[in-house]
Amino acid sequence: MSSKKKPEQELQAVRTSGFSRRGFLGTASATAGAVGGGLLEQPAQAAPPAGIMGPGEIEITLTINGKATPVKVEPRTTLLDACRERLEITGAKRVCDRGTCGACTMLVNGKTVYACTALAVDMTGKKIETIESLTAGGKAHPIVPAFANHDAQQCGYCTPGMVMASKGLLDQTPNPTYEQVKAGLGGNLCRCGTYVGIRKAVLDAAKELRANGARKNGGSNA
Amino acid sequence: MPNYSYPPMENRRVIGKRITRLDGVEKSSGKAKYNSDVRPAGTIHAVGVFSPHAHARVKSVDTSAAERAPGFAAVSVVAKPGTEVNWAGQEIAFVAADTEERARDAASLIKVEYEVLPHLVREENLAKAGVRGKPAGEQVTGDPDAAFAAAGTVSHEAEYGIPVITHCCLEPHGQVVAWDGAANQIKYWPSTQTVSAVGGDLAKQLELPATNIHVHQDHIGGGFGSKFQSDVWGAEAARLSKKAGGKPVKLYLDRREELTIAGVRPSVFGKVKLSANASGELTGWDSTTWMTGGFAGGGLNADLLPYVFRNVANRRINHTAVSTNCGTSRAWRAPNHPQVCYITCAAMEDLAAKMKMDPVEFFLKNVDKTARAGTYRGQIMKAAEMIGWKKNWKPRGSSPGTVKRGLGLAVGTWGGAGHASQCRATINPDGSAVVEIGSQDLGTGTRTIIVQVAAETYGLPMNAITLKLGDNMYPASGASGGSTTVGGVSASTRKATVNALDKLFAAVAPSLGVPAEQLEAVDSKIQVKGNPAKSMAWKAACGKLGVSAIVETGANDPRNPMGLTTGGVGGCQMADVSVDVETGVVKLNKIVAVQDIGLVINPKTADSQVYGGIIMGICAALYEERVMDEMTGRFVNADMEFYKLAGAGDIGEIDVQFEITPDNDKRGVIGLGEPATVPTIAAIANAVANAIGVRPPVLPLTAKNVLNALHNTTRRLA
Repeated sequence: MSSKKKPEQELQAVRTSGFSRRGFLGTASATAGAVGGGLLEQPAQAAPPAGIMGPGEIEITLTINGKATPVKVEPRTTLLDACRERLEITGAKRVCDRGTCGACTMLVNGKTVYACTALAVDMTGKKIETIESLTAGGKAHPIVPAFANHDAQQCGYCTPGMVMASKGLLDQTPNPTYEQVKAGLGGNLCRCGTYVGIRKAVLDAAKELRANGARKNGGSNA
Repeated sequence: MPNYSYPPMENRRVIGKRITRLDGVEKSSGKAKYNSDVRPAGTIHAVGVFSPHAHARVKSVDTSAAERAPGFAAVSVVAKPGTEVNWAGQEIAFVAADTEERARDAASLIKVEYEVLPHLVREENLAKAGVRGKPAGEQVTGDPDAAFAAAGTVSHEAEYGIPVITHCCLEPHGQVVAWDGAANQIKYWPSTQTVSAVGGDLAKQLELPATNIHVHQDHIGGGFGSKFQSDVWGAEAARLSKKAGGKPVKLYLDRREELTIAGVRPSVFGKVKLSANASGELTGWDSTTWMTGGFAGGGLNADLLPYVFRNVANRRINHTAVSTNCGTSRAWRAPNHPQVCYITCAAMEDLAAKMKMDPVEFFLKNVDKTARAGTYRGQIMKAAEMIGWKKNWKPRGSSPGTVKRGLGLAVGTWGGAGHASQCRATINPDGSAVVEIGSQDLGTGTRTIIVQVAAETYGLPMNAITLKLGDNMYPASGASGGSTTVGGVSASTRKATVNALDKLFAAVAPSLGVPAEQLEAVDSKIQVKGNPAKSMAWKAACGKLGVSAIVETGANDPRNPMGLTTGGVGGCQMADVSVDVETGVVKLNKIVAVQDIGLVINPKTADSQVYGGIIMGICAALYEERVMDEMTGRFVNADMEFYKLAGAGDIGEIDVQFEITPDNDKRGVIGLGEPATVPTIAAIANAVANAIGVRPPVLPLTAKNVLNALHNTTRRLA
């Protein structure tokens, strides 16, 4: 590669060489399906699809924890990096950065998502919930104290993702069995070895949520 | 001399109670700020360029295109032309830009030419290591050959191995650092296990006075022994900051880099011959072991063989450290011990099987060869009861069906005495109490136990104590390694708070009309001992100080811990596994642990330490392995997809039993983080051998390694 080329041209060459995931994401279109399409085609040869964004920064608006949040991102910026590096929303952690460990788990339209493998530009118009939402308004979701009470954390770096995965599980399965808890948290990894407490915490929070629900129903019926 | 000893067990109000960790909700709500979350105004991002070759000479480094890249801020070349790089992942250069994405772009434009040199990245075949192997010299005690040849002796010879594994800290190594060039002051937010010392380490690299570096860290996302230094990336991030006019530089390794260069645990491979007389008493040991800790990493202390059962009369030890072109080893939770425990306890289990003895009987028969026979005897019997050994254990290979169940045991030991630590305790005239200590809470519960100790001393509720730690402006305290923190910080806190309280007693004594020695602090009051009627509320008592606060220090001197902390524990674990001999899949049913322990400040966080140690052991036994590719010289599974860790459903049930007794309490505080991780690997491996009838010699116990053992297709080590 000649060093006389402009850096942008050289970057383009690096990005399309096929080895760098981030480089690849750098030219991904903002339209849905771009990642899937790009994996099958040579991105450099494909005709640019309509609505392409970038490669520079663009301003988008994300709906995070119920709040419309404008943010400048590159098309390749992940939801996780947008939150952590551009919005000071740092609860979700970047650990594997490849959709394996779950430390970046968020809820998008109610489903658990690895925020390290979601592009921020694909998240517009969707309802994004981060761990910060669990203590919004000064009231904690029962999963938060349950983790503390069962000492379900040591270094705590996996914890925000683990807590969000737990919330996602309990939203879908309010009365999980022990086996369902183990399976439901299978997408999240902890290095300190806090699973004993985590499993108890999730069952305990489920109980608490059901009790809350019962109290609420009882109250409205009275 | 003030009396620093803790109140008797039955009189303690806070120490010994199951207190929920103080930063628990902060962590589970995502509010806890790690230094990788820190983002001072103007922060720019740096990334590194690392050698793709395991062994090469750098011919040229061209940063000119990178310097023209959009958002470029600064570049720093570590490996100048002529530098020999000795492992894939060695640092070549670092570049900073306004965003991380653009820093990666710039890094991709740095052109490095290498002269590629031959490499050695695999050590399991010692014969191939050649001159890269450095034998330590044979050590012989007694006459092992005569022991093996003695009439009635049964001996067993076999091979064992544990591959290199990585720390895989979830928060990667790295830092945010800002170097104000004009004032020559550095603000440093690293991910570190030693808040008090890491600034000095960085200062040394940068040739600055240590006092110019201010270190702060509230939380750390895992260290396990790998985060004691400021590292190349720390110094380079600082240099980039200075070049960029003092802007804070954020530089954290990505996952591949983290696993490849930020620390690993040395492997161990070896051949062991072990013998016993007809009644099962060990008579001889002969081991030839080898390992790698990377290019210039630490070795394995083979002198610890045979592990725990030290007093085997006839021993021969040979050991070779192999220098490989791989990332350098660092201390890894209980350095040396899990490896030598596996070699020893697996060989013992194998010999017991050969002699058709129950391994529990066999281990019990030999506890006299350990330094704490009574402890191990009691622990082995207790653990056997907890796991239902008598009912569930069957002779090796006699479990019926295709899913076979097996039990296994192992024992371990560790030190864990408190490190050097200093603490400053302040009692203010308004009644507020502050404890300052240059320590760090690795997630072990250090914050919580410091406040428990202070609250116990002062007779105050825990929320009346303000704790400040995680900053090098506080009194220096040791690095958190070797399970030394709990003993060190509890002792220094106890001494500082007792010293401060004695000053308060002196100030209050005239008002209460008794000598200071007759006062005690109970229920937020200063009172005459045993006489609540003659008392003064804490706040009123502090009011007697006038305008001057009490500021007292306390230090733990490891050479004279004054009974507050000590070291030396034993532990026994037993594992219950099921192995599908058609698929080779090992399922962990249960682990029981009986753990020797000293004075327990917080049984709740103590439980968590043991769970954590065991679960890390499960990961290493069943999943973890660094796979080096012989051709490219690279670590091929340096990610979390193929470098496997256990998940919430993989660990079975864990049952922990502490020995919290008045006798153990008298030993003072003993660290617990490390001992619990030692026996797990060997206990699981022995359970698998018991289940399937053969020994898979090399870990982890993946389906491949189990099936190879069953079909006798295991590759010989050498």
